[in-house]
Amino acid sequence: MRKTVLYAALILLSALFIAPFYWTFMTAVKSTAELYQFPPVLWPAEWHWENFAAAWNKQPFGTYLSNSLIVVVLSTVGQLLSSSLVAFGFARFRFPGRDALFVLLLATMMIPWDVKMIPLYMEFNMLGWINTLKPLIVPAYFADAFFVFLLRQYIMTIPMEIDEAARMDGANSFDIYWRIHLPLMLPALVLVGTFHFMNAWNDYLGPLIFLNDQSKYTLTLGLSMFKGLHEIDVTSIAAITVILCLPPLALFFLAQRYIMDGAVGSSVKG
Amino acid sequence: MDMAAHAGPKVEVVRRRRANAGRHLAPFLFISPWILGFLFFTLGPLCFSLTMSFFDWPVVGERTFVGLDNYRSMFMEDPQFRESLWITVKFAAIYVPFNIVMSFLLALLLHHATFASGFFRTVFYLPSVISGVALVTIWSWIYSREYGLLNFMLSLVGIDGPNWLGDPSLALVAIIVASLWGLGGTMLILLTGLKAIPKELYEAATVSGVPAWAQMLFITLPMLGPMLIFTFITSIISAFQQLTIALLLTKGGPLGSTYFFAMYIYDNAFKYFDMGYAAAGSWVMFAIVLTLSLVVMRWSAAWVYYEGEVRPVDGDRDA
Repeated sequence: MRKTVLYAALILLSALFIAPFYWTFMTAVKSTAELYQFPPVLWPAEWHWENFAAAWNKQPFGTYLSNSLIVVVLSTVGQLLSSSLVAFGFARFRFPGRDALFVLLLATMMIPWDVKMIPLYMEFNMLGWINTLKPLIVPAYFADAFFVFLLRQYIMTIPMEIDEAARMDGANSFDIYWRIHLPLMLPALVLVGTFHFMNAWNDYLGPLIFLNDQSKYTLTLGLSMFKGLHEIDVTSIAAITVILCLPPLALFFLAQRYIMDGAVGSSVKG
Repeated sequence: MDMAAHAGPKVEVVRRRRANAGRHLAPFLFISPWILGFLFFTLGPLCFSLTMSFFDWPVVGERTFVGLDNYRSMFMEDPQFRESLWITVKFAAIYVPFNIVMSFLLALLLHHATFASGFFRTVFYLPSVISGVALVTIWSWIYSREYGLLNFMLSLVGIDGPNWLGDPSLALVAIIVASLWGLGGTMLILLTGLKAIPKELYEAATVSGVPAWAQMLFITLPMLGPMLIFTFITSIISAFQQLTIALLLTKGGPLGSTYFFAMYIYDNAFKYFDMGYAAAGSWVMFAIVLTLSLVVMRWSAAWVYYEGEVRPVDGDRDA
């Protein structure tokens, strides 16, 4: 009896969480006539797959996509390298000031982005980086506090004996990081890569502030432009929304094992 | 080591010194990306922004030192400052408790589900995976006056749905609900916390005849304490930074009813290009968020149970 109530609640709630996705997808494939019918059409009579291509051609989405991919790929590479290096430094060495620096690193997570956004804009402006993709890529090469924390926790579960054995065989610290820990860290790196990919792909405020030219826009910015240009063009907005959601959803399903079981626990357990 | 022992004492000293220098330098080389990033993308910008907040600082043109004038006129003369701050406080006061309580209840349901819990967990987490822009477009149709999903559902039970995003008394609620759709991350953290509580505690309590509600009150909540506090603080921070959803869904309207504090800062910086004034606003936000976080931590120290020495920050576990 208790189980029945439990599952009834779970099913009802998941319907609430799924419904918006379902609605968006159906809106994208409906015909224009069905769009404004009342009561709403929950299952379209015909599936208009061509809506996707039509929407894609209404703005230079090919350019947006390549901009998004450049940002996401380059910044993910940078994030994985820099955060794992820093995490290794914090996890495997004792040095004066280490604990204070680590607390400082954790404290930086508390700083609201609003405080940094204005000076960063000025800084990038002085460097001549405004309206380029650099502000969205370069900072990723200087490690992110949350990812460092996550990777450090992971490295600390790996026995120190492995490092010592390698050192006996003449490996230096960088070898130990590159040849031993990086492969061992793979599950945690998948997690960091996935999270960073999603953040970068989904980012709206960064591109909004740092980019001006339509030729530099990313997909999120393109979609938000759509709203301004064709407020009525519901089908196209829905189609692009579906396309925008697909990569993070696909990545999420691929990396789900790591996200759900692996590092979420170690990341917050301290 | 053996080799060193056979070599002369002088050689050994030199070698050891060189090795020591390398050992001292190595950790700093490893963490140097973060140190540089901290200097250029955090500490530098923070100092810069604090300086700016004491200036009349347009993006181009003459900048003049004005002392505390930005702060003074913000508190004394700018009604938008007070209004936007008030809206943000209202948002946080509703969003934060709902986010945590709902996440906790969902996590509890999932924790007790034996069959297909992975499937449901995924479903609840899905909205957290997509972009804020996508989330906004999706919700703008749910809330649409005539063709929206929500008003259609209401019409099924005979209610004539209101204009959710066009009514000043409803728009904030609409934004809160849309934000709560993305509670998956919080839920996941709490679920992990629930799974980490030793089963023996409940078994012992059940044997001693402790009722379920008391187990919840005296075992689950204190044991989950550190995670509840963690999610509490991160929820507060994200509530005060709320910008994307309001910017796209309501543009601060109708009648400024969803004009959040973050939007006020954003407008001052990138619409009116008054960088000094905007920087001052961002420091007010920082001060509020920091104060609230410290208050929460202080208050929680009284009732949260930290197992052994394991505190959120323990540097010496690898010693």
